[in-house]
Amino acid sequence: MTTLAPTATALPPVVEPADSLSVDEVRRYSRHLIIPDVGMSGQKRLKNARVLCIGAGGLGSPALMYLAAAGVGTLGILEFDTVDESNLQRQIIHGQSDVGRSKAESARDSIREINPYVNVVVHDERLASSNALRVLAGYDLIVDGTDNFATRYLVNDAGVLLGKPYVWGSIYRFEGQASVFWAEHGPCYRCLYPDPPPPGMVPSCAEGGVLGVLCASIGSIQVTEAIKLLTGIGQPLVGTLVVYDALALEYRRLKVRKDPNCAVCGDRPTVTELIDYELFCGAISTEAADAARDSTISVVQLDQWLTERERGERDFVLIDVREPGEYEIVAIPGSVLIPKGRFLDGTALGELPTDRQVVLYCKGGVRSAEALAVVKGAGYADAVHVGGGVVAWVTQIEPDKPTD
Amino acid sequence: MSVTVRIPTILRTYADGASELTVDPATQTVAGVIDALDAKAPGIGARILDDGGSLRRFVHVYIDDEDVRFLSGLDTATPERTVVSVVPAVAGG
Ligand SMILES: [Zn+2]
Repeated sequence: MTTLAPTATALPPVVEPADSLSVDEVRRYSRHLIIPDVGMSGQKRLKNARVLCIGAGGLGSPALMYLAAAGVGTLGILEFDTVDESNLQRQIIHGQSDVGRSKAESARDSIREINPYVNVVVHDERLASSNALRVLAGYDLIVDGTDNFATRYLVNDAGVLLGKPYVWGSIYRFEGQASVFWAEHGPCYRCLYPDPPPPGMVPSCAEGGVLGVLCASIGSIQVTEAIKLLTGIGQPLVGTLVVYDALALEYRRLKVRKDPNCAVCGDRPTVTELIDYELFCGAISTEAADAARDSTISVVQLDQWLTERERGERDFVLIDVREPGEYEIVAIPGSVLIPKGRFLDGTALGELPTDRQVVLYCKGGVRSAEALAVVKGAGYADAVHVGGGVVAWVTQIEPDKPTD
Repeated sequence: MSVTVRIPTILRTYADGASELTVDPATQTVAGVIDALDAKAPGIGARILDDGGSLRRFVHVYIDDEDVRFLSGLDTATPERTVVSVVPAVAGG
């Protein structure tokens, strides 16, 4: 892949400068102020800027910390989750003592420690079609740190409808992508990816893992772009997708074009208001939902079945359909591992016993429902899956075990 | 005439973990490259093309830095030494 000279031109700054900086602020931001391109005017623009970061997780952590340190005057944090120990490998805005706390509040406290001049606005809620326009309207620019397709399409569409620049980033294992979507000046996220993948086809970080520091690699690109847009310096990533491969330590720049047929920013848009994004992205496929209907057992039932199996009163094979790395961390006793992908490509079917019932589970019940659809399709009419998966098992049966 | 294909992380399970594969397509087009790729990494073709043989709408194929959708799609020529990148949507954060 050739590295191209930037083709995009500078855009006007998103915000006007604040009236003044205090003496303390001048001292604090001196390393910015002596950069001619930023200077007093750029720093005053940052002070006047209102940036919303959606998610205070992997990408949101470094993004919020650097936005705060840079002197962005108003930082919104939209996050409804609580801090879990498994977050701390990458979500550096939270610490050990924050485990169990609201992520939004934990992030707010860290930001106050980094820079007391930042006005932090906490939105302790889940972004939905019902609140997105109201929440986003109060900000100049949106930084996306969410972890699912539904929210990304929602943020994109809301951003297009409101005319806000949307600084987007996404990560998986050792690889990340980043871009700026701003329909007034270039393509939007739907121009790049018109439709989401069907549920289950693309693994999430919770399933496939992510190198913690990758969050910083992509999050720092997002903050760099945010600062450039707010202050009007440099060439923003509008119309360019950056693909970062940490293993090769390589950044590639790919062109993204505005799609005249785009459903939301094209010539004849069909999406003119926010839609149902869970439905659009499909939380679970219809096949999986059909298979799971009347074929789902609870963890309590499974516990009882396992006891009966030990006594020789019942026989079945318990199959964990997660990935090997997840299985190593925690699994239900007496299970064997066959990852979901091997059901989808059919290779697992040859390994299934024909004389015993098949019981499937995964982390939360989505992947096992998909595998169940395949198993039932292959003729295992009495196969079942475990609702709530290993998370429910740990919560209800073995609370001393970790959940992921 | 060989063409290098960059494999994204989420599809490397089909390619024994390889980050790129060199293929010798029978026809020097994107369609030919995907065919040859699927022969080397069985199953990967179905992740790029749908059942009707069209590019999936959440996967991009780039020739150098250009999206083939804005060239000639699957008929886009892939001369010797072209670098083809497969870029799927990922949502992790
Ligand atoms: Zn668009």
